[in-house]
Amino acid sequence: MKPGPFYQRDRQWHAPAKTPDYKTSVARSPEYSLISLETTISEMTGPVFGHNDIDPLDRDLLSNYAKTGESPIGERIILHGRVLDENARPVPNTLVEIWQANAGGRYRHKKDMYLAPIDPNFGGCGRTLTDENGYYYFRTVKPGAYPWRNWVNNWRPAHVHVSVFGTAFAQRLITQCYFEGDPLIRQCPIVSTIPDPEAIEQLIAQLDMNATIPLDTIAYKFDIILRGRRSTLFENRMEGN
Amino acid sequence: MRQMLDYLKETPSQTAGPYVHIGLAPGAAGFDIYKHELGWDIAGPNAKGERIRIEGSVIDGMGSPIKDVLLEAWQANSQGIYAHPEHEGEVEDGFRGWGRIITDFETGEWGFDTIKPGSVRDAKGKPMAPHISLWIVARGINVGLQTRLYFADEADANAEDPVLNLIEWERRRATLLAHRSGEKGGTPVYRFDIKLQGLDETVFFDI
Repeated sequence: MKPGPFYQRDRQWHAPAKTPDYKTSVARSPEYSLISLETTISEMTGPVFGHNDIDPLDRDLLSNYAKTGESPIGERIILHGRVLDENARPVPNTLVEIWQANAGGRYRHKKDMYLAPIDPNFGGCGRTLTDENGYYYFRTVKPGAYPWRNWVNNWRPAHVHVSVFGTAFAQRLITQCYFEGDPLIRQCPIVSTIPDPEAIEQLIAQLDMNATIPLDTIAYKFDIILRGRRSTLFENRMEGN
Repeated sequence: MRQMLDYLKETPSQTAGPYVHIGLAPGAAGFDIYKHELGWDIAGPNAKGERIRIEGSVIDGMGSPIKDVLLEAWQANSQGIYAHPEHEGEVEDGFRGWGRIITDFETGEWGFDTIKPGSVRDAKGKPMAPHISLWIVARGINVGLQTRLYFADEADANAEDPVLNLIEWERRRATLLAHRSGEKGGTPVYRFDIKLQGLDETVFFDI
């Protein structure tokens, strides 16, 4: 028995392409239907990364851009969790990349003109490989909310962008991690692109007191679920014989 | 008590936003942080086969090029083998088959160097025409868009391709063809413009 095609992605669980309250989606959403494709080897494979590709320090945003002996200003957090598939199996050795604004909501990006200042000791990106149990962690500061031009007075909730590969191009995913209790979550047109409130809950990291380091760093837990696969029980029946 | 299915639900996608470069291409965002940014060398120096360059732009529903797109490419080597443990066969040392490409902030043009992939078989053993899988994310795109780039000069293989033949309309199939458009430094260039919306909208797949 070997792993077969992926479970169909639930497109009623994900956001539709066109979500007019998030204005930019209007001109950037396809109008024709997607063509459904039974997964081939082109979709069931994907890039493989190893420890040669990244530095162990890349997961530590408290130090990966800080001057020696200094650290960024903000609430020190551990963001951690597991990458699992829909069958609840761990996804080991997969690349997780994150990026975020600093504690004041300012991104280190030449296109970000928000008046909150850059933090000289904070870059805002990190990456790591999950371990053999699918576990990952980052150290960072909790990002601030920031305003954006959508409606006149829209503010993004505090969030960390998360990119995950899995083992196949069919599992490729980018999402955003929010923080428990943030009142901006329910007002945000980007969060609200997702129709199902249960699906939104899945993007909210929970305060995890058990994982905090006392007198040092508080923790949030964020598990990531990638598409699961069928097992090909009857491979010789592919042609219907 | 009723029976329960205990599958988990996939984490829902969200847009990559306008600052995707910070995480996935920090050099383009304006700062150096990693010793080695990933995704800038798809085929590596040892890859056999025809060296090619692919260039294009991503156009929105108003006809404007999008200047904050990030694309990822996934392809087989010239023998039709993917650099992945599930695909039998060897690839050349250094051949990754995966690349990350961003658009120019001023012009919206993107491009990458690679080799022309070989034919790969589908689940039923039928050969697919040479193709490169592309995944497109940007501000305003809620779930990454999946498409395939085929080569217009592989007309015979394209005519038999089981994926292209799933598309009912000939006119829509044509949106997946990259066309030879000259050369740069002796390397043939293929042009592949992606239209997100409207007339001649690129075919996107639910894979």
